[in-house]
Amino acid sequence: MGKVIVVTSGKGGVGKTTSTAALGAALAQRNERVVVVDFDVGLRNLDLVMGAERRVVYDLINVIQGEAKLSQALIRDKRLETLFLLPASQTRDKDNLTPEGVERVINELKRVFDWVICDSPAGIESGATLAMRHADVAVVVTNPEVSSVRDSDRIIGLLDAKTLKAERGERMEKHLLLTRYDSNRAERGDMLKVDDVLEILSIPLLGIIPESMDVLRASNIGSPVTLADARCAPAMAYFDAARRLAGESVPITVPNEKRGIFDKIFGRKAA
Amino acid sequence: MSILNLFRKQRSAPMARERLQVLLAHERASSNSDLVAVLREEILAVIAKHVEIDSDKVHIKIDRDENVSILEIDVEIPVAVAAEAA
Repeated sequence: MGKVIVVTSGKGGVGKTTSTAALGAALAQRNERVVVVDFDVGLRNLDLVMGAERRVVYDLINVIQGEAKLSQALIRDKRLETLFLLPASQTRDKDNLTPEGVERVINELKRVFDWVICDSPAGIESGATLAMRHADVAVVVTNPEVSSVRDSDRIIGLLDAKTLKAERGERMEKHLLLTRYDSNRAERGDMLKVDDVLEILSIPLLGIIPESMDVLRASNIGSPVTLADARCAPAMAYFDAARRLAGESVPITVPNEKRGIFDKIFGRKAA
Repeated sequence: MSILNLFRKQRSAPMARERLQVLLAHERASSNSDLVAVLREEILAVIAKHVEIDSDKVHIKIDRDENVSILEIDVEIPVAVAAEAA
C-alpha cells in the first residue's frame, strides 16, 4: 500500500504546489511510483507547474462523479514514466468533492502508487480538510513570515483534529518544510530564523528551501524544479527533503545562496 | 559585527518571533471557546438588565499579554438612571 502525503499550509502562495511538484518529481526519480493530486477545485494550478496543462482531459471531480475512470484521468509525465498527475476541475463547484468520493479515489490510488501526494488548497474549508483527511503524513509548508507561521499553527491544529488518523486516536505525522528562506536576511535579523519557526510550531523539520530565482524559472517552463535543474540550490534541498520523507536520515543543512557583494565586502557571516 | 550595524534599523525578526509567541499562546488556548468573548457578552448582558445600554457609550478594550489577558469594559451610565437605582 502506498503512502498518502498532504502538502498543506493554510496560507496561500507559500509554495504548496511548487513543493508538491518538486517532491513528487524527486521521489519519482528514485523509481518509485508517484501520483500528485490537485485538490484545488476551481483554481487548479498543479497541471501548469507540471507542464501538463494542455493534456488535461478528465479530472478528480469527473472520477468522483463516475464520469471517467481513474486510469482515464491520470496524466503520465512526459519526462518521468513513474510520475502521474490527477488534475483538479477548473469549472466544477467544489461541493462536488464529496468525502465518500475522495475516500474511494485515494484508496484506489494507494493500491497502485507508492506515493499519493495531495496538493491542498489554501484556507481551512472543506477542500483543505478533505485533502488532509486520508493522509499518513503531512508536509506543512511555511514561509519565515508572521502570517504564514500563524496559519501553519492553525493547520497543525486541524491535522490533529480532522484527519482520519487523529480521529482513530493515532498520532498524525507532521513535518515542516520551510520555503523561501533567505539565510543572509535571517542572519542579519531581518527574517525569522529556522530555529525561531521550529520553536514556535514545534514539529520536526523536513527541509529548508532557499528563496531562489530557479523556482520561478522552473514554473515558467512548466517543470518541477527538481527536473528543471537538478543541481540548483532549491532542487538539491527538495531532493534531500524527499529522501527524508522516504525514511533516509539526511543531515539538515541551511542552504546558502550566493552572498551579495555588500556582504562580501563587510564580511558578514552567513549560517 | 560590522560598524555599519550601528547605523542600521533595529532588527525586526525578534519582534516577529515575540509577537507570534504571544499570539499563538492565546490562539491555542482559546481555539474552542474564547473565554474573553464569553465574559464580554455576559457582563454586558448583566448590565443591560438594569440599565439601558447605549452601544455608542460602551468601550471595550482587550489587551493580550504573555501571561494575562485584560478585558476592559467601560460603560457610561446616565445620571438619571444611576440616581433612580440608588
